[in-house]
Amino acid sequence: MRNDGLKLEKIHADMLVIGGGAAGCYAAITAARLNPNLRILVLEKANVRRSGCLAAGVNAINAYIVDNHTEKEYLEYVRWDAEKIIRDDLVLSMAKRFNSVARNLEKMGLVFLKDENGNYVSRGKRNVKINGENIKPILTAELLRYENISVINHVNVTDLLLGERGVCGAVGFAVNYEAAFVVTARATLVATGGAAGMYRPNNPGFSRHKMWYPPFNTGAGYAMGARVGAEMTSFEMRFVAQRCKDTIAPTGTIALGVGAKEVNAKGETYASRYGLSTSGRAQGATTEALEGRGPCYLQTVGISSEQEDDLCRAYLNMAPAQTLKWLESGKSPSHFNVEIEGTEPYIVGGHTGSGYWVDTSRRTTIPGLYAAGDVVGGAPKKFVTGSMAEGEIAAEAILGDLPALPEVDNEILTSLSQDKIAEYSRRMTDGESLYDVFELEEAMQKNMDNYAGGISAKYRYNEKQLTIAQERIAQLTKMASSLTARDMDEMLHIYELIDRLTVCETLIPHLKARHETRWPGFGVNADYPERNDECEYFVNSRRRNGVVEIVKRPLTVGKERYEHTN
Amino acid sequence: MSIRIDRNLCVGCGACVEACPGNLIKRDYKGKAVLKRPEECWGCASCLKECRFKAVSYFLGADIGGQGALMQFERDGDVSHWLVSIAGREPIDIAVDRHCANKY
Repeated sequence: MRNDGLKLEKIHADMLVIGGGAAGCYAAITAARLNPNLRILVLEKANVRRSGCLAAGVNAINAYIVDNHTEKEYLEYVRWDAEKIIRDDLVLSMAKRFNSVARNLEKMGLVFLKDENGNYVSRGKRNVKINGENIKPILTAELLRYENISVINHVNVTDLLLGERGVCGAVGFAVNYEAAFVVTARATLVATGGAAGMYRPNNPGFSRHKMWYPPFNTGAGYAMGARVGAEMTSFEMRFVAQRCKDTIAPTGTIALGVGAKEVNAKGETYASRYGLSTSGRAQGATTEALEGRGPCYLQTVGISSEQEDDLCRAYLNMAPAQTLKWLESGKSPSHFNVEIEGTEPYIVGGHTGSGYWVDTSRRTTIPGLYAAGDVVGGAPKKFVTGSMAEGEIAAEAILGDLPALPEVDNEILTSLSQDKIAEYSRRMTDGESLYDVFELEEAMQKNMDNYAGGISAKYRYNEKQLTIAQERIAQLTKMASSLTARDMDEMLHIYELIDRLTVCETLIPHLKARHETRWPGFGVNADYPERNDECEYFVNSRRRNGVVEIVKRPLTVGKERYEHTN
Repeated sequence: MSIRIDRNLCVGCGACVEACPGNLIKRDYKGKAVLKRPEECWGCASCLKECRFKAVSYFLGADIGGQGALMQFERDGDVSHWLVSIAGREPIDIAVDRHCANKY
């Protein structure tokens, strides 16, 4: 498989979408609908049909404004859950579109549960019930209806091309054959999702990828943005999910579906002691176990056999491992409570607030570069409909901006992309490296777990530990630069590792910069274990000459628009 | 978390190779599907649902409680059948109609 170079594919598009998940697909669909002459290219690492967070399906639409409720209420709910560190303009602008996105999904063919009057049946104040097993094939069918959208599957984008006046494309490689891709575009939307796999997971052995967030979302968008100096926000607001033990399947379906309460090993309910926010729930199970009252459970004993059957079906539509677990173990939820645990930390802007610092129109701080979905920070709780709403908002901004965006300077881009392609090629021609990519991945995860507040550290960290973590990440980054690949599959793994290491490089300074503990379920800064009202600001960062610089920015309470200034 | 691909049932259509969100399923020298790194599987069941030949079985790793049960998938029009085989027990067939939303 070794050769002296990769075949080069050069493509030009008006609008490049990196990542064909919910946000990217909907952005492309929106742009194609609004301007049938626009040439749109979607580059997807896997295949849009089953890629990203929705590969397994989704059980409910979790961001919807139910009758008699308002977007403002959603905003206040997010503010409460995220302990104030949110951007009002971002949350409001997506919340205003939740319901129209849901209606469009229904038009595309997604099945919604309806009452006798034809209204969606809600699950609580913000959720509606669907059959979401095939949500991604449905979105893909819609995407492929537009003749001005091209989709290239199985291409891994590693870097953005930054010219003198901003981003004008991207470079990557084919996952299954020896080719490099250089795409030039006047506008680039990054929609690659969040990041999993920096920390040692719950099941570190054979089932190491049985995790909450897709293990294939490696933070590529964060990494490529950080490398071109895009401003990022709130990486220190990590996400730790409370999940079913072993299968890491969702717990909300049980908690909301059959009203099951969390109980500890003594059978005591404990949730009210920690608060009912997402962070509080994660903190509850962890702390109860730490203090000797684990394991914790969702109290399902006594649910009816009909409820049990409905639960089994619901899980088949999004996390089939849980249904299999109940059947195989013989411990059905009507007879045995469901054990729960906290996951390893993730960085994900669709649940918590980590990601690109954008303006209200989802422009990043780099001209020509836009962002949508889990890769965008400041707007937690966006879930599926919010991610799609952001795709729509970004697409509208791109269409408005395009006439003013500069033409691509091909000469600069050719030289920029040549360096990257030479790097890919070198990995295939250089001799075998001492370490392989999986050894370095394990080293990264162990380091982050031990010193940057992973599961074994009970999500706790201090300044000294973070400095150790930072030094090791720097070493591993250097080691990763000389990794070699026997084939394109190994090449993919190498660049996924590099993405994760870049996410760690951003994450650690963020954890150091927040001198308080605001979300104890997501992480405890042991040097400052209490919340401090003086820390009500955003911790942002920008990378300059390889160094991550921290910038603190004020909250934007009550502001419906936000423009970048400096 | 992982899957097993039955080489005798696999016809080499490549549907699972295309669908895997992790690019984990490759073709062997005969064009048949192989899961290159079982430990990298997310357990999303995309391949199970894309395979029309029941060549893919889904199982829980021993480290997360697996005891050898296998789950397969078969589509019959709008109805999905999830078929679970557990040693010493009657096969289980859970049917889910695409037109029925989740109750939870």
